[in-house]
Amino acid sequence: MADDALFEFLHMEIVALVYKEQATREDIDKERVTCVSTLEAMGFRVGQGLIERFTKDCPTFKDDLDLMKFLCKDFWSTIFKKQIDNLRTNHQGTYVLQDNTFALLTQFSSGKQYLEEAPKYLAFSCGLIRGALSNLGLESVVTAEVSLMPSCKFQVVIQKL
Amino acid sequence: FIRFVVLINYPLYIRSVPTQGELKFHYTVHTSLDVVEEKISGVGKALADQRELYLGLLYPTEDYKVYGYVTNSKVKFVIVVDSSNTSLRDNEIRSMFRKLHNSFTDVMCNPFYNPGDPIQSKAFDSIVSTMMVQAC
Repeated sequence: MADDALFEFLHMEIVALVYKEQATREDIDKERVTCVSTLEAMGFRVGQGLIERFTKDCPTFKDDLDLMKFLCKDFWSTIFKKQIDNLRTNHQGTYVLQDNTFALLTQFSSGKQYLEEAPKYLAFSCGLIRGALSNLGLESVVTAEVSLMPSCKFQVVIQKL
Repeated sequence: FIRFVVLINYPLYIRSVPTQGELKFHYTVHTSLDVVEEKISGVGKALADQRELYLGLLYPTEDYKVYGYVTNSKVKFVIVVDSSNTSLRDNEIRSMFRKLHNSFTDVMCNPFYNPGDPIQSKAFDSIVSTMMVQAC
């Protein structure tokens, strides 16, 4: 079924809309930052709602690593129809999630073309991860980087109080 | 009587039948919150079941039974019932908690609801009303 395509198209339009609205305002310098924050905030709220639904029938998580594994396997596959390919951690609150064929980037290119546009399309997903973690009790900072499409890495740094 | 409370660390939703005498129930709920916290932080080995059953918070003049339930997102549901109400069995309480959890998930997914706000959803209210009618 064309289910996956529905969200991909919607996401592309959301990004385009946010940037178009921003362009009609005067301040060009702040344009990129505000757009990314708006998209990230959207992802945050969606992540909160989604994680509530997904963890309804799950047992409690033993620790942070268990939580991240759940994120990489069940959460990611329910949303993007595949698991995270690689999870690395320094066991001190930093995790790197690598997705070699990130669903929202596959249509762009399979090399370095359009690389500078990629961050716009990753903001929502960063927010998604941050929202999910926030509702599970972990405050974090999530950033994403792309060096070769469609592979991307999400870096999650847990904020310990 | 019966009383439902949904809270994180402060109450998001309180509903009871009958509605008088609310103040002393606030105390009951807050002490039960402490017990819930104790149970969560005491998880050394993995507890497969995410619900906890707390029985026997006795009050000098009347008997209450307090049941607790915690979700993965640290939202706590508390149900207080009269001890003289012996018709409510364990699995009925469990199914009430499941219904609460399901309706809460729906509230969470409502874009007009901001997490942390008091719950004002009419759908949630009606689910709770149905349960209160069944229980009393």
